[in-house]
Order: sequence, then C-alpha cells, then structure tokens
Amino acid sequence: MAIKTNKAIKISQKHLLGIQDLSVNDINYILDESEAFIKLNQSKNKKIDVLRGKTQINLFFEPSTRTQSSFELAGKRLGADVMSMNMGNSAIKKGETLIDTAMTLNAMHPDIIVIRHQDSGACNLLSQKVNCVVLNAGDGRREHPTQALLDALTIRNRKKKIQGLKIAICGDILHSRVARSNIYLLTMLGAEVNIVAPSNLMPKEIEKFGVNTFTNMKKGLEDCDIVMMLRLQNERMTSSYLSSNREYYEYYGLTPDKLDHAKSDALIMHPGPMNRGIEIDTRLADDINKSVIKEQVELGVAVRMACLKIFCE
Amino acid sequence: MKKQYFINASIIDPHNSINENGGLIIGEDGKIEAIGKKVNTNNLPTREKPTDLKGRYIFPGIVDMRVFVGEPGYEYKENFRTLSNAALSGGVTSVVTMPNTDPIIDNVSIVDFLKRRGRDKSKINIFPCASLTQNTDGTNMTEFGLLAKKGIIAFTDGVKTIQNTRLMSRIMNSAKDLGCLIMQHAEDYDLAKNGMINSGIIATKLGLSSIPDIAERIIIERDLTLLEKTKCRYHISQLSAGKSVDIIKERKQNVKFTCGVSINNLSLNENDIGDFRTFLKLSPPLRREEDREALVQGLKDKTIDVIVSDHKPEDEESKRLTFAQAATGASGIETLLSLSLELFHNGSVKLETIIQALTSNPAKILNINKGNLSIGNDADFCIVDINKPWIVKKENLISKSKNTSIEDKKLQGKVTNTFVKGIELFKI
Repeated sequence: MAIKTNKAIKISQKHLLGIQDLSVNDINYILDESEAFIKLNQSKNKKIDVLRGKTQINLFFEPSTRTQSSFELAGKRLGADVMSMNMGNSAIKKGETLIDTAMTLNAMHPDIIVIRHQDSGACNLLSQKVNCVVLNAGDGRREHPTQALLDALTIRNRKKKIQGLKIAICGDILHSRVARSNIYLLTMLGAEVNIVAPSNLMPKEIEKFGVNTFTNMKKGLEDCDIVMMLRLQNERMTSSYLSSNREYYEYYGLTPDKLDHAKSDALIMHPGPMNRGIEIDTRLADDINKSVIKEQVELGVAVRMACLKIFCE
Repeated sequence: MKKQYFINASIIDPHNSINENGGLIIGEDGKIEAIGKKVNTNNLPTREKPTDLKGRYIFPGIVDMRVFVGEPGYEYKENFRTLSNAALSGGVTSVVTMPNTDPIIDNVSIVDFLKRRGRDKSKINIFPCASLTQNTDGTNMTEFGLLAKKGIIAFTDGVKTIQNTRLMSRIMNSAKDLGCLIMQHAEDYDLAKNGMINSGIIATKLGLSSIPDIAERIIIERDLTLLEKTKCRYHISQLSAGKSVDIIKERKQNVKFTCGVSINNLSLNENDIGDFRTFLKLSPPLRREEDREALVQGLKDKTIDVIVSDHKPEDEESKRLTFAQAATGASGIETLLSLSLELFHNGSVKLETIIQALTSNPAKILNINKGNLSIGNDADFCIVDINKPWIVKKENLISKSKNTSIEDKKLQGKVTNTFVKGIELFKI
C-alpha cells in the first residue's frame, strides 16, 4: 500500500516534546497523515519502508505496556530498526545520569529517540543534548503528546469534528500528563473542556488554561459529547489525597447514573490502564456502544506512525 | 603598610549616617583614620599623593549573612580560597557561613578545624554558624553555649527548618538564656513535600510539584507566636512571599525580630524558570511578580532588614539533571551588590537603604563591629563605579561553581577595588 505525503506542509518543530509547542496546523497535519496509517494497519501487509535504514531507540525509564509496544510496532511497520531499552534496571541504577545515557546512545547515531521518564522536562533536557529527533512518550506529569493526538484522532473519527464539542476530562488531573496534553490540544482545536476532579487532585490555577473546573462530577458531565476518564495514579501519590477508593468511586467513578448527565450519544474514553471499579464501572468500560477505549489503542499505532514519519523527514 | 589617602569619593556609611562627598584616610595599621567631607586636597599634606576617585562610591565592606562554603566535604564546589576571591570581587568582606557541610558544623571540635581553615585560606572575615540541631536532623539541640564560646556567631539548620514546635520552643528558651542568635529557614515540610517551585500556573504547566507560599507563612507565624513568650534573638533567613511581608510588618509592632531576603527573590520571579532552567531551582522558590514587588516594597519601607546572596555553589554535574533531580541553589556572592544596585537604578529603593541592608543591618543583627566605616575600625570597604555596565558571563565568574541565576544579564555598577584591613585585595 502506498502512502502519499503532502510535501507542501512542514512541521514547525524539530522534536515532539509537547502539544504546547505545536500549532493548530501541526496538529491537523499529524491527524491527517494518521488516517492513511489506520487503513494500512487494517490491511494484510502492514509493513512499508518509509523509515528503512533509520534507527529508533525507545528509552523507557518508567514501566509502560501500551505506549512502548505501540511505538515499537509503529517503528517496525515503517521499516525502522527499533531497539527498546527498559532503563528501570539498567545504567541509571549504576548512577549514570540521563545526560550520560543520552550521550552514549547519541554516539551510536540513532535517528529517533522515544523517551518516557518519570521527571517532568526530561525530554526537553535530552533534546538539548542529542543530534537526533526526540519524541516524548510521557514526561512526569507534564505532557504525553501522542496520547492527546490519538485521543483527538479517535474523537474526530467518531464525531467528525472537534470544534464545538463539549469534552469532560475526569479524575486525577494533578498527576496526569495525559490531561495536560489533552487540555492544550482540545482547547486549541476549539472544544469546550470541563475538568472534573476533587480539589486535592486539581492542579493550581488550571482554569488559566481556558477550561471550566468542577468538583461535582454530574455537573461537569452535563451535556458532554465525550467523557474522558483518567487513571487514579496511586504510584505518584505521596500522601493522603483521598480517603478511600470506594469513596472515590462513589463520587468520581464513571457510573451509568453519572453518565446519564452527558449527552445520550456521549463516548467514553480512557488512556489505560484502567482501574475497574475505581474510576470506571466495568460494564461501561466494555460497553461497545459507548466505550471507544479499544479504538484509542488501535489508532495509537497509526498516530505514532504518523509522528515518526513526519518528525523523521 | 603606607598610609593611604582617597579623595573625591561619594561615601555612604549608614552606620554613621554618612552620605556625602569626601575622602578617606587609612592609617599604617590598616585602620580608618579619617573619613568624610573634611578629607580633601586642602587639608592633606602636599607631599602625599592621594588617589582621586573622581566621584566613585565608597561603601563599607558588605556583610553577607547567608553563604554556603564547600569546606569541609564539598571542596570541589567551593573552598575558602575560591569563596574569598569571589566575595572580594563583589565587595563582600565578611560572610556568615552555613553549617550544611559534610560533616555538619554541630560540635566544638569541628569548629576549631573550620576556624583554622578560615584563618589560613580566607582573605575575608569568616563568621561561621553552627547548626541548631545535631546533624541538622531536627531532634536534639547542639551546645549553643560551648559553640558560641568557640566563636560561632549564630545558629541555624541552614537549608532545613525546625518542624517540631516543642523543640523550637526549647531552642528559643536556650537561645534566650545564652544570648544566642537563631536563624530560621521558614518552610513547613508537609506542605512543601517534594516541592520544587512556586504553586500556580507555572508549576501546573511544567508539571512540577510545588511549594505553596503558606508553607513559609505557617512557620513564620508559629515562630513569632513562640517568640512573644520567649524573647530571644530571632532572625528569619529569607522571605519569598508577599503575604509574609504583610505578616512581618504587622508583628514587628509587638515583638522584636529581624528578617532577610535573597537578592534572587528581589530580582527574579517564577517566569524566569522558563524551560526547566535548573539554575533557578532555589529555596525558597521564586514566586509571582506580585510577590517580588512586595519584597522590594518591604525592603524599601524597612520591614525587611537584610539582603543576602544565598550563595550556594553547585558543580555542573549537580545541575545538569532533570529539574526534579537537580541540586537547589545559585551562586551569587559576586553579583550581590551589582544586582542590588538594579533596585536603585530602576528607582525602586534608595541607595542608602540598599547599602544599609547589605552592611550595617546585618552587622547589627550579628552583633559584630563590621559593615561600618567608623574611625579606628578595620578599613574593610569597597570602591564602586555605580554606573559601569557589565554582563554576567559564566566563564568570568571567580567562584569555583558557575551556577549563576542571572547568566547573560546586563548589570549596571561594578566593584573596582576591595580592601580588607586596609589592604587592597581586589582590583579590576
């Protein structure tokens, strides 16, 4: 299958570090390019050679299943040589700093480094020290740009537009890079964004990003087209933010009665992995009429292929 | 030493209320012999060749109340020799050193070592602090009395805060009994936990854990409440929030204490952190522009007594990390005066007030005979071209560590000569 490239359009950034660096044109360009890859991924022969001869290193300092496998598959389907490194049990434990690791890898002449790191800004630091393209696969609680792009693609595919939609992002906003990237992207494309979270999980001055904030979930879901649930990030919680999971579920878990406040054709999204019975009712998560969670994963590969191709050119 | 004569200088010596054009005579013993407008060509012996300063300023040598030196333990970051050279280039002739070394300055035997090193290697006056608690772990008090007898000038846990209220109360009682000065770094640990920068839109945008301004306020209010009962010599090392200034202004009506501010918090705000600039990871953190303005106002109306450099040398390796992992602090002793002069040049604060906060006020709080140009005292002073423009360049810094918070900043005003005990130890 041939992939056509729109040569007239160029991306404005060298690296993909965050949605906040991109323009509306950049975002639309990536989403448009992704469309072709959705079809490719559904076809029999999934492999093309646009990145043949290129080397992609996936540098993951935090455990990840879907993002890492998605990036790995994306690179392989485009014909790149992909190497995945799980840094959790590697040099970093021997005291090597991020910069040293970066310089070591840089010496091997990779074309792309995909990085996930537990510290906000780690990808920015890396991008200053290497010669190749850096794609951010999540840094601390700052940004997760490809997740926001795949979410946007999913919404666009189902609702045929993003402008004018009312979208609720619910849950652990404080610790969520997915929330931040989605807020930037969705507000840029003209959606109305409602943020729903208990005060303890609401970042300071988030309303300055141009969103509405709610501590009452039912009010926050009122007339929404999309309900985006986030994972409760217990591993990042250093002190008591919540009394218990069951109370959280009662007030902030997505249940049919809360969902009733959204539009009848509202879609449910979740970046995964899900805590069933904590932030989302398990039946809703699996409801094929409402939940597009699996579709998000599928389109994630396409979006990452588009990003790899665009930023590598 | 030959007698030295300086004429045609603008002299500011807040301690003696001198703010006039005149000259300075330094005796053969390195002490100040005469000062002021009466020192001019008309009454100098004709055989002497006085140095004509052509309107340049003479200030008392600066007393910097918050300086980190790497000795012992972190000599690769800064030692007494590099610190004193850096200090001299900025007109600083006396420093109060923090006890956060390795080992911590918390017992009598280490003080002897420190004093010996300071004496042998340093060209400036070193006034060491010891910690309030053993190993700065916030549980057991150090021997204030014995340490003071050995020459410890003040007690502080430096970068750390006494969290336990009962312990703080007991520290104040002891300090009162023994007449010791205690200095607190005001930060509630529970509120500030894992925090790196000010709470607000910048922290949310960068995805960094934050330190709310109330973390400072709660400790200040707690300590001042204790102080009402136990009137000891108490100093708050650094303020960062506008709200803290309000509280201090109000509480100063009833209870006696003093407070300081870092030149970083007076000159920069949280926006300067930009794209994760680790050199601006500071404690207390840079806050909003409104907070900075409130601090400047506090300095202007003398609610804030002292400006410090909070000089914290960190080697490149400690800063070339992600923001979360990078060390806290900035090198600043060399630029303390020049950056302070910015507040004068932009019309925010009177020159005399700035010099007072850098010289006579800290000396008074510390109860030392420094920071003044009184006749008969050691001639510790600097000569300053108050209008000379220059640019802060990392490679030109004298300190062993180059982590300046104001790289490439254009400054106006530069120290041209610095004297300690009448000896010229720095010359541009």
